[in-house]
Amino acid sequence: MSILVKNITKTFKNLTAVNNISFDVKEGELFGLIGPDGAGKTTIFRILTTLLFADKGEAIVADYDVVKDYKSIRNNVGYMPGKFSLYQDLTVEENLAFFATIFGTTIEKNYDLIKDIYIQIEPFKTRRAGKLSGGMKQKLALCCALIHKPKVLFLDEPTTGVDPVSRKEFWEMLKRLQKKGITILVSTPYMDEAALCDRIALIQDGKILEIDTPQEIVKHYPKKIYDVKTDNMYKLIECLNTYEHHYSVYPFGEFVHYTDKREDFNPKDLQLFLEEMGAVNITIQPTETTIEDTFMELAK
Amino acid sequence: MKSKNVIKVENLTKKFGDFTAVNKISFKVKTGEIFGFLGANGAGKTTAMKMLIGISIPTSGDAQVAGFDVFKNPEDIKKNIGYMSQKFALYDDLTVKENITFFGGIYGLSRKQIEEKRCLLVEELGLQDIVNELVGSLPLGWKQKISFSVALLHNPKIVFLDEPTGGVDPITRRQFWEMIYKTANNGTTVFVTTHYMDEAEYCDRVSIMVDGKIEALDTPTKLKEQFKADTMNDVFLKLARG
Repeated sequence: MSILVKNITKTFKNLTAVNNISFDVKEGELFGLIGPDGAGKTTIFRILTTLLFADKGEAIVADYDVVKDYKSIRNNVGYMPGKFSLYQDLTVEENLAFFATIFGTTIEKNYDLIKDIYIQIEPFKTRRAGKLSGGMKQKLALCCALIHKPKVLFLDEPTTGVDPVSRKEFWEMLKRLQKKGITILVSTPYMDEAALCDRIALIQDGKILEIDTPQEIVKHYPKKIYDVKTDNMYKLIECLNTYEHHYSVYPFGEFVHYTDKREDFNPKDLQLFLEEMGAVNITIQPTETTIEDTFMELAK
Repeated sequence: MKSKNVIKVENLTKKFGDFTAVNKISFKVKTGEIFGFLGANGAGKTTAMKMLIGISIPTSGDAQVAGFDVFKNPEDIKKNIGYMSQKFALYDDLTVKENITFFGGIYGLSRKQIEEKRCLLVEELGLQDIVNELVGSLPLGWKQKISFSVALLHNPKIVFLDEPTGGVDPITRRQFWEMIYKTANNGTTVFVTTHYMDEAEYCDRVSIMVDGKIEALDTPTKLKEQFKADTMNDVFLKLARG
């Protein structure tokens, strides 16, 4: 095991940020903590990177205890915090050299590991970090977190506020790093990114709702979901919410994801209801369950 | 209802030194429309939005917002629009009630109007238990919902929402969009940026900015046809990746 978390609890004043959480991450695994702001993701990261003590529970990272062996952990993990934490008034190159020196290594020694990523920001190596665009800052931060060749990489919301193109590129980078044998724990509020992890933990209000592979987790959803569409989304949502048999009604892109309370639900009944309510261009068709559906069901 | 144009933009340009952040963009937004304003980081969305809300003077071009000219009457624009950003929304060290009173005052509402609005908001959003709590102690989802309502206190013609749902949980995200639908249905135009491509599908029309220019503008359905894509995410990837 690369990461082992057992019954960790952390309370701040009257807020239980992390509530009796347990999970493990295997060596070389890409594991995702999926949940919204305030779920407790950052607190878990800070405990595992030895920046914060848990009130209760144990955690092992790269075979070291987070309390007893904190110094060894710091040499063996890379951490990219959610907030940009590099030196804004040092250049790209200076930041990287600084982190390499701190860890007693050089850029040259581990250049192979960061090469793919670093060449994208190399044209700006004399630019101060504070003057970089969001996407470039993110790449530099990742390089700095990797420069000492860590066994385990912690990435706290690396793609929050990042556009879909850069997000896709970032995940492609993670997949390549994973192939080099690095264990990765990554958190994200984007449910679509969950599908790219080997295993995920869905987390909300300090509790883990479910842990499994993305493929298995959607199978736990208890209902058959239907895509519903008419020519007026706002009215459709209103209508469906007044339908006495509705179980859940959530907009999902161009469709509404609809589930029914009845075991023997017949879409024709819903079609008739919507027609009576004056809806036109009605589409009702079965659809695949997504991780976001599962999350919302568990979080209800 | 949806015929009048409440935003008219013609060749709007903003340069910083020799860098053109916004390059001759033109578009119109109708009254009561939900207009999605998309683009990659650094494409020029924020710069464009700042010009439209009257806090950044364009280098060239024309723009009318809520009937006022961005060059001549930026102050009138500010009075007739609402603005909500993800970074700065409400004062964390004021209570919900104090924030409503403060922003109501800033927008020039009378004490009586503020009182009425506050009661309405408390009722609509179910704020009874938290109205005297500090905003800083509330979950992000609550902050964003209250912040949106505060941006609407003075019944603006247009409300600008800059990534209103970033990091918000999926259920609250959908409740937030139900608020957007309701607002648009009441005739207020909604101008919104987002990185969630499923939310792009909820917009009446969507524009996509690439390197300072608007490269696509249409309904989500037509954009998907045009780019032969199944989802708005694919449209975005095709456009922004060239």
